[in-house]
Amino acid sequence: MTFSLLLAQLLNGLQYGVLLFLLAAGLTLVFGIMSFVNLAHGSLYMLGAYAVAVVTGATGSFALGALAALATGTVVGMLLESVAVSRLYRRDHLDHVLATFGLVLFFNEVTRMIWGPQPLFVALPEGLSGTIEIFGFTYPAYRFLIIAVGLAVAVGSSWLIHRTRVGMLVRAGSVNPQMVGALGVNIRLLNAMLFALGAALAALAGAMAAPILSVQSGMGEPVLITTLVVIVIGGIGSVSGAFYAAIIVGLTDTLGRTYLPLLMREFASRDIANAAGPALASMLVYLLMAVVLAVRPQGLFPAHKG
Amino acid sequence: MRMSLRTGDLVPVVLLAGLALLPFAAAAADEPFFTTFFARVLIYAIAATALNVALGLGGLVSLGHALFLGLGMYSVALPAHFGIANGWVHLAACVASCGVVGLLTGYVSLRTSGIAFIMITLAFAQMGYFLVVSLKQFGGDDGMAISAASEFFGFSLSSGNAVYGVAFCLLVALTVWIARLRSAPFGVTLRAGRQNARRVASVGLALSRYQLTAYVLSAVLCGLAGMLLANLNAYASPSSMSWMVSGELIVMVVLGGMGSVFGPFLGAVAFLGIEEVLKAFTEHWMALFGLLILGVALLGKAGIAGLLARPIRSNSPAGRGAKAPLLAESGVRP
Amino acid sequence: MNTRNRWTLSALALVAAAGVAHADVKIGFSAPLSGPVAAVGQDQYDGFMLALEARGGKLGGQPAQVLREDDQLKPELGNQIARKFVDRDKVDAIVGLGFSNVLMASLPRIVESGTVAIATNAGPSVLAGKGCVPNVFSVAWQNDGSAEAMGKYAQDTGYKRVYLMAPNYQAGKDYIGGFKRFYKGEVVDEVYTQVNQPDYSAEIAQLQAAAPDAVFVFYPGGMGVNFVKQFSQAGLSKKLPLLSAFTVDGTTLPSLRDAAVGTVSGAVWDVALTTQGNREFIDSFTTKYGRAPSAYAAVGYDAANLLDIAVRKVGGNTSDKAAFAAAVRTAGSELQSLRGPFRFNHNNLPIQNYYAFQTVSEGGRITAKLMGTPLPEHQDAYAAQCKPR
Repeated sequence: MTFSLLLAQLLNGLQYGVLLFLLAAGLTLVFGIMSFVNLAHGSLYMLGAYAVAVVTGATGSFALGALAALATGTVVGMLLESVAVSRLYRRDHLDHVLATFGLVLFFNEVTRMIWGPQPLFVALPEGLSGTIEIFGFTYPAYRFLIIAVGLAVAVGSSWLIHRTRVGMLVRAGSVNPQMVGALGVNIRLLNAMLFALGAALAALAGAMAAPILSVQSGMGEPVLITTLVVIVIGGIGSVSGAFYAAIIVGLTDTLGRTYLPLLMREFASRDIANAAGPALASMLVYLLMAVVLAVRPQGLFPAHKG
Repeated sequence: MRMSLRTGDLVPVVLLAGLALLPFAAAAADEPFFTTFFARVLIYAIAATALNVALGLGGLVSLGHALFLGLGMYSVALPAHFGIANGWVHLAACVASCGVVGLLTGYVSLRTSGIAFIMITLAFAQMGYFLVVSLKQFGGDDGMAISAASEFFGFSLSSGNAVYGVAFCLLVALTVWIARLRSAPFGVTLRAGRQNARRVASVGLALSRYQLTAYVLSAVLCGLAGMLLANLNAYASPSSMSWMVSGELIVMVVLGGMGSVFGPFLGAVAFLGIEEVLKAFTEHWMALFGLLILGVALLGKAGIAGLLARPIRSNSPAGRGAKAPLLAESGVRP
Repeated sequence: MNTRNRWTLSALALVAAAGVAHADVKIGFSAPLSGPVAAVGQDQYDGFMLALEARGGKLGGQPAQVLREDDQLKPELGNQIARKFVDRDKVDAIVGLGFSNVLMASLPRIVESGTVAIATNAGPSVLAGKGCVPNVFSVAWQNDGSAEAMGKYAQDTGYKRVYLMAPNYQAGKDYIGGFKRFYKGEVVDEVYTQVNQPDYSAEIAQLQAAAPDAVFVFYPGGMGVNFVKQFSQAGLSKKLPLLSAFTVDGTTLPSLRDAAVGTVSGAVWDVALTTQGNREFIDSFTTKYGRAPSAYAAVGYDAANLLDIAVRKVGGNTSDKAAFAAAVRTAGSELQSLRGPFRFNHNNLPIQNYYAFQTVSEGGRITAKLMGTPLPEHQDAYAAQCKPR
């Protein structure tokens, strides 16, 4: 376990973490403030990845593709909000689950109808296809872009929430939405804006992931589950909580799956370690969540105390 | 309890009556496939009804019930692997494993509520899933074939008809029992707790004990569905423990109407039935199916049971009523 | 031989005389046609239908009817589909049967009924060994085959230290086992990753630190796209030979392109083969479906041709299931497979060549180049465990 390898793994964990944060930020706001359970968040991530694949494929510019993904996320988010989501706010959580489960099936099938079952090709942005040397270790340059974008969004959302009027309303809304509404704030508009913003961030996450992952129908569901884990650990409704939790989950997962099997070998025979190590590593994130919830049901960094 | 049936109950009762006759009709028409197909539907209806004990009565949204379905399946598969075909052993293994796991996970999970409860139940189910997948000696991801069906005093669950019969009786018994449970003190306490936990506590009732009981009951019943499924398929696979199955069970309950006694049954029939019907029309049935589910959610009449409970004209014949879930579905306006 | 031919002829004459009295040949085709591995299922189906069309929609001279079902990669659904095909549609043969886990879950009813079943995508070790049955075939491969070929290839090439990776499920362990059966050098490490894991950066960093001579991976479908993309982005594809099985293939290559260049794959078929009829197959597939075929399509194509011979052998009379199964077995030896030499072993799995292909870039076009045949006319390691019943 050399230093440079550990550093590379920390970078990997950080990169996975910020990607999770892009997804978790929007989801936690929608959860916390509108109390809306959105399983279709993963579909928005998928649409973002498809938007990049299509636009980058046609124009050759990754930047244009990323812009297209943001636009797709915003537009689809607004459409969803006005057609379906806004009618469901006052309903039971289970109606949300039902409705968004239907949407997941719909989006997955529609992408398959249009682009077929084969994964799409996405080129790396020009100039970032190489590697960067750090302490004798090569690291893909593009991953630094992901980290940079993720951190920029984290700083931006922190500024938005703590320094702007909209942010103040968001914070107030996460504590007591009725009161905010009673004070004369157009809560419907605020909701629509937040939902569209969350959708755009999800699409951005999809766009950033597209060059390194397989862009195909159904790619949103596995990552959705991990995102849910993140927001629950972080405390629902808390964007800063989502950020810390995303980094914690990213690091736990990355370090767990590399070092846990190695660690197991110290205690058990190689065969047992090979069987149990990966199984334990895949459970690790869930184990972490179960422990956090059992000890602190409100999450590690809840939006409001009490 | 009320004695007369409401219109909303007519459809499911007619549907159940039809299902009672189905194996005979299928045998007469030499179409045994229908028996096994509907046996699967009935088993999922049992699992959904079991989930409804926690979900509908207790308001405990468990996204981990596939774990118990899987435990039930492996309660048959593992003894059968070692040559034990005794159904009572399978049953004991199922009740014990689901009971203990349900008690432990329920105890921890019930420290939380709301969305945290959903996620912690999911976490436990995922851990179980990954555990089974990594057990290479028991087939791991490929699952394991079950060479010997459960046998109870010479009655073997090896044929589709046998499984169908048992599943049907179990579903009817379960439905009747839940109808009674709802209005029994146990059910009333749970339902009250769902609406106002503080008030229940102030009356002096320890709500969490009731909830834990409901959760464990629901787990064990779901395990029974798993046992039947294992016998029907002669196969146990960890894929039945994945979170998608847990999600589908919730969707069945909510689609059918979780407030009602018949809801989960209707939901399971609609979920699996519509899937089969739509598949016949288009390869892209999932897009239509997704929109249908969205439509039912948007209508918000507490699922299919809620839609059916709307007053319908008294001259509507019972025969047409049997198709009502489908009609109600297709009546959805986007 | 002569008498048999005469028998066949007279049977054919009988068929001709009976004319319309014979029912059509009914084929039930199941494959994963939705979800993450839908491309694999679609290729099998398209390959099968292409061969059928070339024969005017007939198998063995009988009009064929193909019923298609999507197993969604769910074992339970595969089980239900098998029941439907056997009990309701009363098909003459079931083709496809999806991935190993779906195939295994479908078997109980198929074995019970004796209906001929031909798997086009899987050959699990149980089916090849202790669990072999007379009416179930795999026209595709025994699962370990491609990995064994890569193990042999690594051994022959002289790699001293190899790093192994696969998803943490049964097939993953089988493939690693298959590789090690023929590779005798040092295994630096065996890494099992979570099923459907999207990101491999951590594992790739470990692998880079271990500095092996070569890497062998088994990552089917989307996992393969993820892994190979990230492997190449980490700048390793130029430094470290990447051997794989079912990772870089016709279904994933279009989304990998340059990232896959240089990788070596163990497979039973690729576009580079010069077997009889292969060029025509590739051309007609590409013309009809607008994409290059994969090994899955080639196997689907072979499956239709196999059935054609078998149905002809029984003179269109498929009602005697045991005789039909026997006909499929012998038809294997007569099949002009796109993959080269082909016949069924006594466990109903193929004896065939396992090749090594390298993905190369020829004037900007990404294609495959034949590197050799590590395992010619290879039979699987489990056949000895198969006792005829």
